[in-house]
Amino acid sequence: MLKYIYAEDLKTQPKLADTMFRHRALQFRDRLKWESVTVDENGHERDEYDAMNPLYVIWQNADGTHGGSMRVLPTTGQTMVNDHFLHLTNGVPIISPFIWESTRFCLAPGATPKIAGALMLAGMEIGLRFHLDHAVGVFDARMVRVYRYHGWAPTVVGTEGAGRDAISVGLWEFSEDVRARLAEKAGISLALSEHWFEQSFGSARVMAQSA
Amino acid sequence: MQTKMERFLELLSDVRDYQDVQKVVEATRDLYGIEHVVYHSKSGAGEHSVAFTYAQNWADRYVEKDYVRIDPVVQGCYERFHPVDWKQVDWSSKTVRQFHREALEGGVGRQGFSVPIRGPHGQFAMFSISDNCSDDQWARYTDEHVRDMILVGHYLNQKVLELGSADGPAEGQQALSPREIDVLTLLGLGYSRAQAAESLNISEHTLRVYIDTARFKLGAANTTHAVAKALVRGLITV
Repeated sequence: MLKYIYAEDLKTQPKLADTMFRHRALQFRDRLKWESVTVDENGHERDEYDAMNPLYVIWQNADGTHGGSMRVLPTTGQTMVNDHFLHLTNGVPIISPFIWESTRFCLAPGATPKIAGALMLAGMEIGLRFHLDHAVGVFDARMVRVYRYHGWAPTVVGTEGAGRDAISVGLWEFSEDVRARLAEKAGISLALSEHWFEQSFGSARVMAQSA
Repeated sequence: MQTKMERFLELLSDVRDYQDVQKVVEATRDLYGIEHVVYHSKSGAGEHSVAFTYAQNWADRYVEKDYVRIDPVVQGCYERFHPVDWKQVDWSSKTVRQFHREALEGGVGRQGFSVPIRGPHGQFAMFSISDNCSDDQWARYTDEHVRDMILVGHYLNQKVLELGSADGPAEGQQALSPREIDVLTLLGLGYSRAQAAESLNISEHTLRVYIDTARFKLGAANTTHAVAKALVRGLITV
């Protein structure tokens, strides 16, 4: 299932959090060999942005472990793109209430393409329901194929490195049509996706218990 | 005809001090035909700025009782960043229900919507609107105004940052980058988005994002307004 969870609430999900940060170490340090990543004594890959109470989108497996995840931050606060990748955005700091940043897209070992699709669907839900215009993200070359396969490829603004080592900054646009396509490909009904979203953020449709 | 957002920005441009922020908050209430508007920010150094339209006795009681600790809207928004309809927060515990009764008596209103705002250097703010209309009316109102409310909250916050808290003026955010200047210049010269994108050798999508970022820095209601503001400030020449 999909979970949307702020960093400060991860303590209520220790197994999920532990496996997510371990899988990030596997992906970003061991597989991609990104030089900038640091892994702590618990085997967790964490950076300064994890300490800024980001919102995580996490696919939780039936056994409670992490299946895949990404990290979301608003661009009016500090972001990775603006701190470290201005050379890939033509020097333009991306700051807008209607643009959020997505980074650290990570898949657990053996994750199915459907999990990647579910995470993308979650990104789409966030954009549409929180009234955003664009997402900006940092991703490695291997991800381009994944995004394309699911039918929601970013516009690449800038790329550094080449081949498998390439890192890009890209932009996504939110749309209802693409949302339906993503859901279909991920094998998740729109109703279920909505349910997961409201489980995490609450529903504005039902009047809460009051006085 | 001037849009509400354009009018709001005009009012905001006259703000010189915190008393003016209070006046703009009151004017926003009238402009958007809503019962209450509240802005509250906390700088990275922990300084608070507050402006609201609530009755003073409710505000005093809120402070006296330290209700910020149990207010579920504040608890649900603090250090977060997604907009929240007050129906989405948890009002179920006994203390919170008691707080809710008092808030209704204090005239806060049974409907509300809050926009948490994350500024630079750990700054945080909350912008809220509230009213007493029916659920249906509220759903229609928020559908229609949510984008304006997100922007109003952020622009108000930009202004408060400019007024100079410990975080200092948001100068870094105000300066347009050379690429943004290029984009606005070409649009000011009458280029279409497609033509401007082609001239700058960037995609139209990237161009749209640069328009968005420039618009936010300039405090503009839309693209035309952003070009006009950049011209007036001498940031571009056409």
